[in-house]
Amino acid sequence: MLKIENLHARVEGKEILKGLSLTVNAGEVHAIMGPNGAGKSTLGNVLSGRDGYEVTAGTVSYNGIDLLALEPEARAAAGVFLAFQYPVEIPGVNNTYFLRAALNAQRKQRGEKELDSMAFLKLVREKLKVMQISDELLHRAVNEGFSGGEKKRNEIFQMAVLEPQLAILDETDSGLDIDALKQVAQGVNTLRSPGRAFLMITHYQRLLDYVVPDFVHVLADGRIVESGDKSLALRLEEQGYAGVRHGAVA
Amino acid sequence: MTQPATLPLVESLLDAPLPASGIAWLDAARQESRDAFASTGLPDTRVEAWKYTALRGLAQRRFAHGDATASGRAVDPSLLALPGVEGARLVFVNGVFRADLSTLDALPDGLTLQPLSRVLKDDAEPLRFGWSRSATRAEAHGAADAFARINAASAADGMVLRVAARATIAAPVQLVFIGADGEGELAWHARNLIELGEGASLTLIEQHLGDGGQAQLATFVSDIHVGAGAKLHHVTLQNAASAANLIRHSHLRLQARSEATLHVVELGGALVRHDLQVELLGDGAKLHTRGVFMPHGRQHIDTQLAIRHQALNTASSSNWRGVANDRARGVFRGAIVVAPGADGSDASLSNKNLLLSAGAEIDTKPELEIYADEVQAAHGATVGQLDERSLFYLRSRGIPLAEARALLTAAFCRAMLDDLPNPDLREHLSGLLIAQLPA
Repeated sequence: MLKIENLHARVEGKEILKGLSLTVNAGEVHAIMGPNGAGKSTLGNVLSGRDGYEVTAGTVSYNGIDLLALEPEARAAAGVFLAFQYPVEIPGVNNTYFLRAALNAQRKQRGEKELDSMAFLKLVREKLKVMQISDELLHRAVNEGFSGGEKKRNEIFQMAVLEPQLAILDETDSGLDIDALKQVAQGVNTLRSPGRAFLMITHYQRLLDYVVPDFVHVLADGRIVESGDKSLALRLEEQGYAGVRHGAVA
Repeated sequence: MTQPATLPLVESLLDAPLPASGIAWLDAARQESRDAFASTGLPDTRVEAWKYTALRGLAQRRFAHGDATASGRAVDPSLLALPGVEGARLVFVNGVFRADLSTLDALPDGLTLQPLSRVLKDDAEPLRFGWSRSATRAEAHGAADAFARINAASAADGMVLRVAARATIAAPVQLVFIGADGEGELAWHARNLIELGEGASLTLIEQHLGDGGQAQLATFVSDIHVGAGAKLHHVTLQNAASAANLIRHSHLRLQARSEATLHVVELGGALVRHDLQVELLGDGAKLHTRGVFMPHGRQHIDTQLAIRHQALNTASSSNWRGVANDRARGVFRGAIVVAPGADGSDASLSNKNLLLSAGAEIDTKPELEIYADEVQAAHGATVGQLDERSLFYLRSRGIPLAEARALLTAAFCRAMLDDLPNPDLREHLSGLLIAQLPA
C-alpha cells in the first residue's frame, strides 16, 4: 500500500529525513519509534503534504501513485489520514458541519455521491456508538476548548467517519492519562481491518501495550535503523534510545 | 481644500434649496448648518478623523437634490423581506417616507413611531433641542462633521421613535432605507430620533438597502437616547447598492444602568463612512458592540467608533472584524476615553482583520485614553492572513484549499453574530456575509 524509498526531506533548509525507506502493506500496524528530533513528526507531515517540508530525494508510492505529487486534500481523498499531534482549534466551525464538509469533499473528489444531512447523521450516530464517544462533542466548534484527551479522541472519531486506508497517528498518545489512552487505543483497535494500515508514530512504548503492532521500527537521525516485532519496543523501553544511533540495540 | 465652494460636490449640495418648514427655529437651524458647511467645506486627509478616507473622488461629483418622485417609485418587494421578523416597519425610498411600504398600524402600547416629515408638520417643538444641539456640535468639530452639517441643513424626513417609560416592545421595529435609481444621480438626507424612556426595552433593526446602479450620496444622523435602566438592542445591516455613498452619524447617549447592544454589518456601498459615538453618561451604563465590515471590489468602508465613559462603573465591550478583498479598503478607528470621575469602569476593544488579497488594505487604529482610577481596559488590533495551521488541518481532512479558506473566513466573520438572540435574523445576516465571500 505504501512504499517509501530513500526519502530525504528538509525543513527550513535543515535535512531531517536522510534516506528513509519503509514498506507498509494493507492490514498491517507499524510503530515508528525514536528519540526526539529523529524525524518522526516530519515523516507524518511529509506524507500528509504539509507546507514547509521540502522533499529533496526519494519516492513515496501509495497504491501505485506518486503520493508526493498530490495536494493535501487529494491525499485525504485517496485515503490518507493524519491524526495530529496538536489538533488545531477552529472557532466558529461546528464539528458536525466540518466533518460533513470533509467527508463530502472527499467523496466528491472520488466521484462518489455526497451524503445528505440525514444519511450523514445516521453515519455519525453509528460511529459515535462504536467509538463510545458522547454526541455532545458534535455540537461544539472543532476542538475549541477541548481538553487534550478530547482533542485526541476527536481525531480518532474523525478517522472513524472518514474511513481512511492509511492512518498516520502522530504521537496520538502524548499528553494522555491512562484512561484517555485506553479509549484512544480501543478506538484504533476497532478500526483495524484487513484493508487498512496504520503508521503509529510514538515516543513511548506504552501505547503499544494497548495497540499491538505487527512491526516496530526505530527511526534515528532521519533513517530507519532497526526493524523488528513488538519485542523491539520492549527492549527500547528498557534500554532507551541512547545506543540506537549505532545500531547497538541488542 | 482651500476653496471649498469650487468643488462640484460642495457646489451641488449648496445649490439645493433648504426645505421650507415655516417653523422659525428650524429654518434658522437649517440656515446656520448650511452656512457652516459653506464656510468649512469638506474635510481632507489632514483632518485626523478623515486620514484614511479621501474624498477626492466623491468631491468631483455632482448630485441632484432629493427625489421628487420617490413616493411613486417601484421597489422590489423581496428587498424588504426579513425572515423571522414581524412588527412595525418604517420604509424610506431615497429618503422619502413610503406609507405604502411601511407597517404602522396596531403599534404596541408605549411605542410612538412616526416619520419625521409628519412630526415636523404636526408638532416639531420636541425636536428643537436635538436639532439645534446638532448644529452647535457640528460647529465645534470643524470640517470633520461636514456631512452632519449638510444633513442638519437639508434633511426633511427620517424616523422619530419613542418608547414610553417601562414599556417593553417585544417585536423588533424595522427601519429601512432604500436607495433607488432616479432621474439623475441623487443626494438625500435622513434624520432619526430614538428615545427609550426609563426602564423601556426595544429591539431596532436598521437596514440600508439598494436597488439600482446609479451613484448616490446619502447622509444619516441618528440621535439615540437610552434612558435609565432601559435596554436597547440595535442591529444595523448596511447592504446598499454598489454605487451608493453612505455617510452615517450615530450618536448614542446611555443613562444610568442602561444597556445598549449593537450589531453592525457593513457589506454594501462604494464609499461608506460611519461615525458611531457613544457616551456612557450614567453610573453603571453598559455598552456591547459587535461589528463586521467586508469591503470588496473597490469599496471603501470606514468605521469610526468613539466611546466615552463619563460615569462610575460603566462598561463597554467592543469586538469588530474586517475582511477586505480585491482592491478594497477598510478603515477602523476605535477610540475609548475614560473621563475623569469614571472610576471603576471597564473598557475592552478588539479589532481583528483579514486581508484576502494583496491589493486589499485595512487601516486600524485603537486609541485609549484613561483619566480615571481603578479602570480595567484592554484593546488590541491585528491585520493578517488566515492561520496556516488551520488551513492545513482542513485540507488534511479533504477540504480543498479554496473551500477551506471560505470556511475559515466565514467563521471569522460569523463569530461577531454569535450572541445575536434572534436565530432567523442571525441566519439571514450570516448568509449575506457568506455570499460576500469569494466563491
